[in-house]
Amino acid sequence: MPDPLLEVRALDAGYGDFQALFGVSLAVAAGQVVAVIGANGAGKSTLLKSIAGVMPSRRDAVRFDGEPVGDLPAHRRVARGIALVPEGRRLFPSLSVEENLKIGGQLGRPGPWALARIYELFPVLAERRSQPATSLSGGQQQMVAIGRALMSNPKLLLCDEISLGLAPIVVREIYARLPAIVAEGLSLVIVEQDIVQALAAASQVYCLQEGRVALEGAAGALTREAIAAAYFGV
Amino acid sequence: MEWLNIILQGVLVGGLYAMFAAGLSLIFGVMRLVNIAHGDLIVLAAYVALVATDALGVNPLLSLVVVVPVMAALGYALQWLVLNRTLGDDLLPPLLVTFGLSVIIQNGLLELFTADSRKLQAGAIETASLHLGGGLAVGTLPLLQFVVAVAVIAALQALFYRTALGRAFRATSDDQSVAQLMGLDNRHVFALAMALSLAVVAIAGVFLAVRANFDPSIGPARLIFGFEAVIMGGLGSLWGTLAGGIILGVAQAIGAQLDPGWQLLAGHIAFLIVLALRPEGLFPKVQG
Repeated sequence: MPDPLLEVRALDAGYGDFQALFGVSLAVAAGQVVAVIGANGAGKSTLLKSIAGVMPSRRDAVRFDGEPVGDLPAHRRVARGIALVPEGRRLFPSLSVEENLKIGGQLGRPGPWALARIYELFPVLAERRSQPATSLSGGQQQMVAIGRALMSNPKLLLCDEISLGLAPIVVREIYARLPAIVAEGLSLVIVEQDIVQALAAASQVYCLQEGRVALEGAAGALTREAIAAAYFGV
Repeated sequence: MEWLNIILQGVLVGGLYAMFAAGLSLIFGVMRLVNIAHGDLIVLAAYVALVATDALGVNPLLSLVVVVPVMAALGYALQWLVLNRTLGDDLLPPLLVTFGLSVIIQNGLLELFTADSRKLQAGAIETASLHLGGGLAVGTLPLLQFVVAVAVIAALQALFYRTALGRAFRATSDDQSVAQLMGLDNRHVFALAMALSLAVVAIAGVFLAVRANFDPSIGPARLIFGFEAVIMGGLGSLWGTLAGGIILGVAQAIGAQLDPGWQLLAGHIAFLIVLALRPEGLFPKVQG
């Protein structure tokens, strides 16, 4: 395998005295879709936050594009090409749909994603472009959150629980767009509680349990029993 | 007719108060920082204008070309070097630091310029006036001051709602940590907001210094006028600060007409009345 796009090496992370991750290692190749699954509190969101730079870590614990980025603040990692769709969407309530998208692209990284492409991907957003972002339905807000992250033309897109709180039909609709996104050549890390959805979308799966990698492997090769064991620790 | 004239003068002074308030409102809006040194920064701008007019031998209004960039640069540096370190979940550190800054500015100015009252001379424009007929007249300078105030607020409004910088201000105000995920360095965004605030302060300071006498101790009273205009207008609303400034100016003018000793009191009473009737201000915008 050539040098991976993202490499997480023996990452420890936590909040104050509470340690959430213990020596987590993970690799994502260019163009690959990786799913991170696990129960509540397993450390999935912490892992994404550490990769995106919301939480600081050791310099060489996160390597991106061959360079250590673990000590860079979030705004400089975006400039390198790491974008995060945060859990709970976290749209800017004072901004319209279009302004939310535009602010995602404010760094002006070159690439295929621009307003027109986002509206092509999620046509419903074009109709609502001048509405306040938080006036949209949950699913539409999630589309804005994904579009906002794509606007920075990332090489790596991190999606934190994009199915959370959404109706199954809406979840399917959003997941149906992922192949079109990956087709542009970016890598994807999806954190999910919805295992079926995650396994279907990803080629590689990591299962976290209490801050450690309990299981990893190709999505097709993992048995239900192995996943259940890693998930619940039974 | 006499009363109409008085109210008109009050409205025009209100423009100055609106400029005091706009800078204060902007800072609070973007980073929830209450700048206790705001009034003293206005006075500092007046002294910077004094030095600039003396050194360059130009009209004080022309000195804005120098004073505005100087104050904006000072604002950027102040935010980057000092105030950014005070921001966090706790509201107290920025309050204490800006309070200390207020003391430092007052005493620094006292040391450098003494306690003597100063005034900037703008020449013939100070006494020129426009006759509106029917015994009504407005001074050219107060009128200019009001027009500039409206222009400043309109420009800030346009900047906030029509430019990429304004979008960055609003996004950072909404959610600092997600704003950083958009590639915004919030320390830089905050420093730009403070630079903008002090650019407005510079304009207000020059008009203050041309209009009346100033000395190092008058800052805190300007801060109170600014606060009152912001609160009356409603937090976060730029046009609201203009309305608040006008109410304050008119109330002071009416008070002064009844009895010269009532000028300030009348302004404070108007403020208390608005606060009692509409605690959220006339045009509230900020939630939470």
